[in-house]
Amino acid sequence: MSVNVLKISNLHATIADKSIINGLDLVVPSGEVHAIMGPNGAGKSTLAYVLGGRPGYDVTGGSVDFDGQDLFAMEPHERAAAGLFLGFQYPVEIPGVSYLQFLRESLNAQRRSRGEADLSGAEFIRLAKAKAALLGMDAEMLKRPVNVGFSGGEKKRAEMVQMGIMDPKLAILDETDSGLDIDALKAVGAGINSIMRAPDKSVLLITHYQRLLDYVKPDRVHVLSAGKIVRSGGPELAHELEREGYAEVAA
Amino acid sequence: MTEAVTNRQARDAIAKDYEWGFSSAIEQEFAPKGLNEDTVRFISAKKNEPQWMLDWRLKAYRAWLEMEEIDWAKLDIPAIDYQDAYYYAAPKAKPKLGSLDEVDPEILRVYEKLGIPIEEQKVLAGVEGARKVAVDAVFDSVSVATTFREELLRAGVIFLSISEAIKEYPDLIKKYLGSVVPQRDNLFACLNAAVFSDGTFVYVPEGVRCPMELSTYFRINAENTGQFERTLIVAEKGSYVSYLEGCTAPMRDENQLHAAVVEIYAHEDAEVKYSTVQNWYPGDAEGKGGIFNFVTKRAMCAGDRSKVSWTQVETGSAITWKYPSCILKGADSVGEFYSVALTNNRQQADTGTKMVHIGSGSRSTIVSKGISAGHSNNTYRGLVKVMPGAENVRNFTQCDSLLLGSECGAHTVPYIEVRNPTAQVEHEATTSKISEDQLFYAMARGLDAESAVALIVNGFAREVLKQLPMEFAVEAQKLLGISLEGSVG
Repeated sequence: MSVNVLKISNLHATIADKSIINGLDLVVPSGEVHAIMGPNGAGKSTLAYVLGGRPGYDVTGGSVDFDGQDLFAMEPHERAAAGLFLGFQYPVEIPGVSYLQFLRESLNAQRRSRGEADLSGAEFIRLAKAKAALLGMDAEMLKRPVNVGFSGGEKKRAEMVQMGIMDPKLAILDETDSGLDIDALKAVGAGINSIMRAPDKSVLLITHYQRLLDYVKPDRVHVLSAGKIVRSGGPELAHELEREGYAEVAA
Repeated sequence: MTEAVTNRQARDAIAKDYEWGFSSAIEQEFAPKGLNEDTVRFISAKKNEPQWMLDWRLKAYRAWLEMEEIDWAKLDIPAIDYQDAYYYAAPKAKPKLGSLDEVDPEILRVYEKLGIPIEEQKVLAGVEGARKVAVDAVFDSVSVATTFREELLRAGVIFLSISEAIKEYPDLIKKYLGSVVPQRDNLFACLNAAVFSDGTFVYVPEGVRCPMELSTYFRINAENTGQFERTLIVAEKGSYVSYLEGCTAPMRDENQLHAAVVEIYAHEDAEVKYSTVQNWYPGDAEGKGGIFNFVTKRAMCAGDRSKVSWTQVETGSAITWKYPSCILKGADSVGEFYSVALTNNRQQADTGTKMVHIGSGSRSTIVSKGISAGHSNNTYRGLVKVMPGAENVRNFTQCDSLLLGSECGAHTVPYIEVRNPTAQVEHEATTSKISEDQLFYAMARGLDAESAVALIVNGFAREVLKQLPMEFAVEAQKLLGISLEGSVG
């Protein structure tokens, strides 16, 4: 029996008093990959940030149940510890802090809040190397400061390595495919499949284009327009969108 | 959650209460309150000093009377009533101590609370092959315990309280005391010369590489008692020594004056590395209390190819006024200054360095990282001076400021005086705010606001922190509220 890992009910959210999400409903069961597609300005990234808990994104109505818990009662770091991973469209640079340090501290913070023991330095490095290899990333890159001097593709690959290390229940990936060349796109797709294709894991894939969906086959596709889901369907909906454009489908 | 909430979290994270605010009950012996010639005589007599030392102090005292207040720093210094302070406090006289076991257990407990257990360091040092740290523990004004002296002596290194050195090595003290920081250098250095209570003397003979890091922990433990530490380090030709100085002070309600002097004299091919972690009580959130820290630190790189490196992590004090400097007199001598200064609440720091290039081919590097939070003000003030006779001098200066919140200030005041056209002087400066993007990114990966800020600040200060010896890096990171760096590489 599948369990709903994410249940969004009548969500309303604003940025600087401007209404962006307007009564959004969405259910993502365990073990499924759902894609959210939509035109620019539909509220795709806003949805990701609201779910991640970004300051400045105010929830004005509705509720979100994450794996049986009230998502909005949790701070961003508590959401991470509860198993939510947010993949950033624009990963942020943190000068002077190596990826290894950043991820080890983050992972151990999550583990501590779940009552698990810290990973030792050696254990962590083994884990990080394995996940980097899975994504075709040179593990040496993890010694560099977080995202500093990384190309667009490298940043996105690094996001996927992070996802592998954190091993979340739900990954919300915000336009992870943007700015990727075809090789990187394949690698990222393969990474999502190998890390997140499991009965107890789910993915909310936010994307503008259909092309990532060639590599990560969604169970459901939802069309977001003006802050609401206006259509839902199977993988074929993505192709329809690609063919006919958002204006037709969302209308 | 709103933006304001996260800003507050960031502020809270950086505004952690001072954890080491306790004071211990140890019997004190005070000099009478106030400052006059009798005070100077009292201190000198208390320490059984020879006449020449008393004369030197009195000369300084008389000079001090005529010196002017310092008004050029970007500091709001309350008027200091020099007559309303004590100038000498010592733990009650005891028979001379042979070992740490004889030290007042209360004193040892204070160190343990600070996380600097001498006992443990002693054990560590006793381990065959283990790296050793010698601790000349300065409790308030008088050295109560000196460890490892014998082993150092076998290497020929003298590591003594300055009071003892005055008696045991008068010729060295007469030769070098005041040779780098003259009595009349400034008001606070002059005051120190008159009333210095104790401090440390290090002498590394020719060709000797000091077998261990030398470390002294300073601590103020008497209400209304100024601290006037005096440190003198002499490195003979081709020698090397690394010296670590760390301070924490107990919670206080009244301002405490601290005017230390550090002099380093480096001969030909000598190298001295001087590292400081300073965490004097900064005052409460409203700026009440806290240490006034007026420090004069200067190195004379007298010999050719001599090198002095200052590294400091400054997190404490209500007011910090401090410019560890190098007089680069020797040809091809090298001066370095690496600094992290963190100010919060109502703290004020005006700190930096002076690199004075006299020798040809002399080089200097300045890396300053200022972190401001709360309502604090953080100023980098640095002088790079190249004298006419100094050919082919090089300097590189980098000053970065990080702001947390919108009510703090960061200021960079570089002075560059170049009198020789062959000099190559570079100055880079940046000012940035800790970004919401960075904070949210780190929090989305599982770090709470406090840890996220600490991580970002740690990264900002990394270039300086990595200059610290291992023994100190840990404490420095703790002071910045930062977790240990992961086992990279």
